[in-house]
Amino acid sequence: MSRAVVTGLGVVAPSGVGVAAHWESLQANESRITPLPGDRARTYGVTGAGQVPGFRAADHVDERLLIQTDRWTWFSLAAVQLAMDDAGFDPGDQDPYAVSVSLAAASGGNEFGQREMTSLYTRGPRAVTAYQSIAWFYAASTGQVSIRHGFKGSSSVLVTEGAGGLDSLGHARRVIRRGTAAVLAGGTEAGLSPYALACQAAGGRLSAGGYAPFDTGASGFVPGEGGAVLLVQDADRLGRHDDTVVYGEIAGYAATHDATHDVTAGPDHEAGSQLTRAMRLALSDAGVSAEEVDLVIADAAGLPDWDRLEIRALQEVFGHRSSPVPVAAPQALVGRMGAGGSALAAATALLCIRHGFLPAVGNLHEPITAPGLELVRRPRPQPVQTVLVNARGLGGFNSCLVLRRYRPEESHE
Amino acid sequence: MKGLHRAAVVTGIGVVAPGGVGRKAFWQLLIDGRTATRRITFFDPAPFRSQIAAEVDIDMAAAGLSPQEIARTDRFVQFAMIAADEAVTDSGLDLNSGNGVDHDRLAVSLGSAVGATMRLEQEYVDVSDGGRQWLVDPAYGSHFLDRVLQPSSGAAELAARFHAHGPTSLMSTGCTSGIDAVGHGLQLIEDGEADIVIAGAADAPISPISVACFDAIRATSSRNDDPQTASRPFDATRDGFVMGEGSAVLILEEEHHARARGAHVYARIGGFANRSNAFHMTGLRPDGAEMSIAIDEALRQARLAPDQVDYVNAHGSGTKQNDRHETAAVRRSLGEHAYRTPMSSIKSMVGHSLGAIGSIEVAACALAIRYGVVPPTANLETPDPDCDLDYVPKTARDMPIDVAVSVGSGFGGFQSAIVLTGHDRIAS
Repeated sequence: MSRAVVTGLGVVAPSGVGVAAHWESLQANESRITPLPGDRARTYGVTGAGQVPGFRAADHVDERLLIQTDRWTWFSLAAVQLAMDDAGFDPGDQDPYAVSVSLAAASGGNEFGQREMTSLYTRGPRAVTAYQSIAWFYAASTGQVSIRHGFKGSSSVLVTEGAGGLDSLGHARRVIRRGTAAVLAGGTEAGLSPYALACQAAGGRLSAGGYAPFDTGASGFVPGEGGAVLLVQDADRLGRHDDTVVYGEIAGYAATHDATHDVTAGPDHEAGSQLTRAMRLALSDAGVSAEEVDLVIADAAGLPDWDRLEIRALQEVFGHRSSPVPVAAPQALVGRMGAGGSALAAATALLCIRHGFLPAVGNLHEPITAPGLELVRRPRPQPVQTVLVNARGLGGFNSCLVLRRYRPEESHE
Repeated sequence: MKGLHRAAVVTGIGVVAPGGVGRKAFWQLLIDGRTATRRITFFDPAPFRSQIAAEVDIDMAAAGLSPQEIARTDRFVQFAMIAADEAVTDSGLDLNSGNGVDHDRLAVSLGSAVGATMRLEQEYVDVSDGGRQWLVDPAYGSHFLDRVLQPSSGAAELAARFHAHGPTSLMSTGCTSGIDAVGHGLQLIEDGEADIVIAGAADAPISPISVACFDAIRATSSRNDDPQTASRPFDATRDGFVMGEGSAVLILEEEHHARARGAHVYARIGGFANRSNAFHMTGLRPDGAEMSIAIDEALRQARLAPDQVDYVNAHGSGTKQNDRHETAAVRRSLGEHAYRTPMSSIKSMVGHSLGAIGSIEVAACALAIRYGVVPPTANLETPDPDCDLDYVPKTARDMPIDVAVSVGSGFGGFQSAIVLTGHDRIAS
């Protein structure tokens, strides 16, 4: 069976634009939450948001395309280019049918849609622009990426809220196993425009006090924007270029669903067991024991009941180890960004494998009790071969991805 | 996965379509060749260029939804729940008692092009005070707005409804969402991630913002004086598509799983493929190359030669360029056999419900195989010299169908094809 490896990372996130900036921010372990412009923070009951610093869309997207697309798509176009540059991957050298685009999306072209609805309701139907039909819908970024670079392979857009980034990477492996050479996967999000933020605020999950997962003071999360795109390739078709550096292999993936009707509260008891099951399925899919996992990047929702459930699920999977498994959640420093957040967590995991590094749980001051687990307080150098990444999506989605250092000589047959 | 081929069969179908709710009413509309397109009634369409749509007349409560289910969901989710209820009942699966079904291996793959756009727009009017406040006031929005923002809530509702603990997702690839969601369900079964998949799609796009945005690119028909005949795919006088709404949900089941419980089988999903044209978000190259490559690949997976295709269910949206594009694609894939193969567009009758229609058309293919009838292309009066295949004008045709291909084409450049095969091939 073909092996799916990640050869390029494109990050556009509050931690910075480009993989180098993101890596620096992981080491610095500092909050990148910044005040929202205008009265937005007060209106929507948040302290601030994870905003992409210094992002100049015109540096990444030509003027004609800028007016046709939402900020979310600008992020995607930029992240795709950065991922390809990182890998030294030239779209012009590829068989167009051998490259796929599989970007997750959770909420589409929010600001664009709000602007067009404003036009419709204040100035009438004829004020709606031609681009509304192609900028707002969830497939806009995937379509624009495919067109911009001439990629004609199978496209998909998986929507599972916060789990989407991992689902798109799991899907990328599926596409590669079916014969495609390369897939651009992951996703970005831009949901800080007023209406999208109001929608997020309606659910009562946003925190007015900050994003402090696994802390006794956890009170919700801070919203963020951005995400990451990963270039996933069939290891057998990499060629023998010395400059192709493999970050790691997508060794295991699984998704489960809570299937709970409880729409007002957080996940219930069932949910904990479904997250446990997703982790076990992903580890089993990778052929990895709990003992072999060097790092878990948790979903870390920052909501007390969600956090407790994840801790309990982690204890069920890892509680019998000889040493506590290190659990990190650097996303607390950048905010939660829908499908983009789990894609960024996967990119973070791969950097940890490359550099031998454990990131921390952001904003952790008074950890909740978690026997058998190490909630990492301070980042530190440490060899990392295998990472489990967890992600959950509003409504009961659980997805888990196992990323491993790539060993070409190994065979999973 | 390796060495052990897992096939997926359709064991249940549920449909909510314009012109009649339920699988039977839908099929009767198709074989009668009636059209469900009309002047828009959901809002006053007078200020719009296109004032026509295929609307679903339905009482959600009478169709089985509870007040809370209706309160927390958009219309597209309501369609999906009602279609899924019918599909599950039709399959004979007991998903409530916990007997006989491993819910850990029950998955959901729902497609939707625009998700909860109707409710997003309705609530926007309130929170923005009719567009006057850019900094919208959430106090005027519902508690469920965060779920409305995320179309994945539709897939989550289906998972909760049927206790599906397997992989659950919403596929949103524009107007190919419906085919792609069913194709994704097929892949989940092939790859051993699920034994049963509740697969389909739903869309409810008939709202002012959607009508306005298609007006702006003149994609929709403006034959406002004659709504019943406005959707006229492959006709020389066609002037765009007519928006529709609805849902179809299929129960996909691993073949041995279905056999073991003696399930009735409509058809097997023989193959699925999609490709991107990488050309234009809305434009199509006239040669249809990528759609043709998707058809070729789907047939290859089904181990079928092009001349074994009995019926092509067209995308047939009724725009000038689409109908030429896919005629070229089918000619390219089937060669001379294309001229002997009936190819019809049910959008002539039920309109174009964006992402939902792909799954409605897959349902139509399964029913066509089951009953041995090719649904017609309604309103096809004046042949277009560029569209020179057999489009089954106006009247349904009785004929045995063992291999049906359904194709779809969507904004973003997406081209999809799915192959369904009938009992003869299932038996062999």
